[in-house]
Amino acid sequence: MTVTTITDAELQPKDYASDQEVRWCPGCGDYAILKAVHKAMAEVGARRERTVVVSGIGCAARFPYYMSTYGFHTIHGRAPAIATGIKLANPELDVWVMTGDGDGLSIGGNHMLHVLRRNVDLQIVLFNNEIYGLTKGQYSPTSRRGTKSPSTPGGSVDYPVSACAFALGAGARFVARSVDTLQGHLVGVLQRAHAHRGASFVEVFQNCVVFNDGAFDNFTAKDGAADTQLHVEHGKPLIFGARRDRGLRLKPGKLEIEVVTLSEGGVTPADLLVHDQTNRGLAHLLVALEPPGFPVALGVIYCNPAPSFEALVHAQAGAAGTGRQPPDLAELLMTKEGTWTVR
Amino acid sequence: MATTATSPARESRDSVVIRFAGDSGDGMQVTGGRFTIETALAGNDLTTFPDYPAEIRAPAGTTYGVSAFQIHFGAVDVMTPGDQVDVLVAMNPAALKVDLKDLRVGGTVVVDLGAFTERNLAKAGFTTNPLDDGSLAPYQVLKLDVTKLTLDAVKPSGLQSREAHRCRNMWALGLMLWMYGRDREATVGWLKQKFAGRPELVQANVAALNAGHAYGETAEMSEYGVGYTVRRAPVAPGVYRTVSGTEAIAWGLLAGLRAAGLERMIFAGYPITPASVLLHTLAGLARYGVITFQAEDEISAIGAAVGAAYAGALGVTSTSGPGMALKTEMLGLAIATELPLVVVDSQRAGPSTGMPTKAEQSDLLQAVHGRNADAPLVVLAAATATDCFDVAIEAVRLATKYMTPVILLSDAFLAHAAEPWRMPDLDRLPRFPVRFRTEPAGFHPFLRDAETLARPWARPGTPGLEHRIGGLEKDYDTGHISYDPENHARMTRARAEKIAGIANDIPPQSVALGADHGAVAVVGWGSTYGAIHQAVRRARQDGVDASHIHLRYLSPFPRNLGELLKRFDRVLVPELNTGQLVQLLRATYLVPAEGLNKVQGKPFKVSEIAEAIR
Ligand SMILES: Cc1ncc(C[n+]2csc(CCOP(=O)(O)OP(=O)(O)O)c2C)c(N)n1
Ligand code: SF4
Ligand SMILES: [Mg+2]
Repeated sequence: MTVTTITDAELQPKDYASDQEVRWCPGCGDYAILKAVHKAMAEVGARRERTVVVSGIGCAARFPYYMSTYGFHTIHGRAPAIATGIKLANPELDVWVMTGDGDGLSIGGNHMLHVLRRNVDLQIVLFNNEIYGLTKGQYSPTSRRGTKSPSTPGGSVDYPVSACAFALGAGARFVARSVDTLQGHLVGVLQRAHAHRGASFVEVFQNCVVFNDGAFDNFTAKDGAADTQLHVEHGKPLIFGARRDRGLRLKPGKLEIEVVTLSEGGVTPADLLVHDQTNRGLAHLLVALEPPGFPVALGVIYCNPAPSFEALVHAQAGAAGTGRQPPDLAELLMTKEGTWTVR
Repeated sequence: MATTATSPARESRDSVVIRFAGDSGDGMQVTGGRFTIETALAGNDLTTFPDYPAEIRAPAGTTYGVSAFQIHFGAVDVMTPGDQVDVLVAMNPAALKVDLKDLRVGGTVVVDLGAFTERNLAKAGFTTNPLDDGSLAPYQVLKLDVTKLTLDAVKPSGLQSREAHRCRNMWALGLMLWMYGRDREATVGWLKQKFAGRPELVQANVAALNAGHAYGETAEMSEYGVGYTVRRAPVAPGVYRTVSGTEAIAWGLLAGLRAAGLERMIFAGYPITPASVLLHTLAGLARYGVITFQAEDEISAIGAAVGAAYAGALGVTSTSGPGMALKTEMLGLAIATELPLVVVDSQRAGPSTGMPTKAEQSDLLQAVHGRNADAPLVVLAAATATDCFDVAIEAVRLATKYMTPVILLSDAFLAHAAEPWRMPDLDRLPRFPVRFRTEPAGFHPFLRDAETLARPWARPGTPGLEHRIGGLEKDYDTGHISYDPENHARMTRARAEKIAGIANDIPPQSVALGADHGAVAVVGWGSTYGAIHQAVRRARQDGVDASHIHLRYLSPFPRNLGELLKRFDRVLVPELNTGQLVQLLRATYLVPAEGLNKVQGKPFKVSEIAEAIR
């Protein structure tokens, strides 16, 4: 590959922005995510010519147009398939997939399942606003029961899917969560996702001001956040609360989590669960926590790397001889079944 | 009649059609395959057609478990698997039941008496034994106890009865090789290789093969018939092998990859009959620069191919009708983003699941028009198994030169049919090296080449060419998103003109047989080539002023096609569908073309077309 003279390590967040006017609704959470991605790219020194942002269709999927990297705005739900092809063709590329809750979990649910299970080396960012934004506000597969929308005037009756539980169930080896308004946290999570080899799945709770405003207020509102959010960190006890005096522990004799308050009923810090990002069972328990009884777990919930799909495919092809001087085609056409010569 | 075992009087034949038929477990495909090799080695021209049951393991002895292999060989130009069968080898009653209808009156049927048990007769649905009830009177019947003769022959090898029974096909093969004066050497060598490490199996199979041959050689045959000779066919000098359409497409794609100077092909598919064999064939060829990807569905498969093309590789996907339907939306994306892509469609009978193992030509309109909005692309069709090689190369050339998806139409018949192939001189194949854009000055992603109207291929990884593409309409002059009405009209026109312009970069339509004007043009496309050609040849012998025109390019059509068709009084379009090319020809050129249509999941018979020409 050609070497550039510009050292991209010196790039500022604004250098990752394209010259196109951003066209989300004023106040949309997508702006904050865009800003966080620009920052994260600057932090990791992403090279623009080697970075590809792939998206499906939706408000979130407009993302590539606002990046100064390579970008491919594809069709609804299929970005994981296209990104897989890009990585197979050129594993050196640094590929991001930007998707929505409808794009990634409804029409594209099957591709999401398989891209995670295969562990293709991608950063997959799912903008969860629990609604179909671009098509004007229908309920989505992550919408809570009872969501009133143009297509469900009487309230939705079906049960929502949890994005992170889905990802874990699909076999994802990196699952993290953040919120559009938690800039610093989000940038950190995106950097971790980038550092992870294999499929990294990041769910970002994103506010759609027009069709689902305040959907996450119950745990994102500034005043109560300390009591409703649990920021997990590998190797640290699972503690939260404004006074850092509440924590999680296993219910004695059960595979269930309960919230306890330190110093109440003789609970000591030693009783609390310590976050282990390599423990899939714990990850399943953490992503299932929901208000009002529990805080929402944010941060890197699961991280347990294994060789990525495209690396394994290329290793196998390499062992078979791809990449070396390919053999003569004529040899292939010769057959053990026999050739004959007509003179 | 033969008087000595060593010099039987042989009768001469110009061409012969043999069908080996038996239970799925009887090894009929192997038998046919070996007979094919020995026949090719003897210098005959030939065409073969395997006919498998759709069921994976149909119950033994049933009519739907019958597997057949037909070979047509001769001293003359052989182009179809043959209308009527001259010799039917029926290894059980079910095979007789299914395949007798294609045997010509006076033809020979060889049956294994040992398999005509009451149980097997009942399973095949016979209420009386056809060997005794007179129903075989119009044919020459060779009733041989192949089962017993085989078991006797393989006894010394000490095989279990089940394995010994499995050598029946080699016995039958030996007899047929004798009947047509063929060698056995290549097959003996092949058996040794196939059963390397199991000497008892080699011994038994060779013994059965030799016993069948010896049976013919001895006077035992003389009461039934004689051996035949079929002279060598006058074929061009060169090194030959047999090739199936699927193999030819696989190798053509690899040759195309090299011709384009590309490092890597990403071939993505989702299993579907009859397309899967192409995935299997290429899966073993990683060392030639192909990476195969079994995707989760056809949408993902074409998606991965589009992604690969975007990243600078040759993206290829392959499927059959139902899978084509799923790929539709992604084809639109490839058209909108103007990325090179090859899509192989092995057509099968439909609608919906239809008849997965049976051929049809009914995806033509889907290929040409089957997308939302005005979405032109290139459509090519292969005519014969060997033609698949050249058409696959041409698909790669047009896709990369014009930055467009190309659909290559094959079908269930071509996928499996095999014929001799004079191996090409690989040094003389076309070269069409791809030039990736690297120069940032003046770049935008939809800057068109003045001549081809193709946009530049700019791969991620190239500094200074960072750009965004997608399915939204682009501005002609900047490549940015645009909703401008005039611009959309201009872009729609540009996409259409780019494809239409390809007509200037392909050969003018030639006439395969006959004059370029006259009473009747018989116009076909795809795997009907052989049947049409023979029918036209027959008509011409009968004094009809007929010509055969066969189309490889279905979108765009060759630039002289309309004018060529207008030079005939009558245009007849035989197709294995209810009339698709005929619609396109009528709509494009306002010619009064008439259709000849067949949708039985079977190829045309020469006689069916010959009759329509008259
Ligand atoms: C095949 C297809 N079906 C439907 C649509 C219409 N459509 C566009 S975006 C969308 C839903 C987007 O929801 P989500 O992924 O949550 O993205 P958001 O707009 O909320 O960011 C739908 C249904 C489409 N573009 N393509
Ligand atoms: S509709 Fe909602 S998600 Fe879409 S841009 Fe507007 S605020 Fe954002
Ligand atoms: Mg949404």
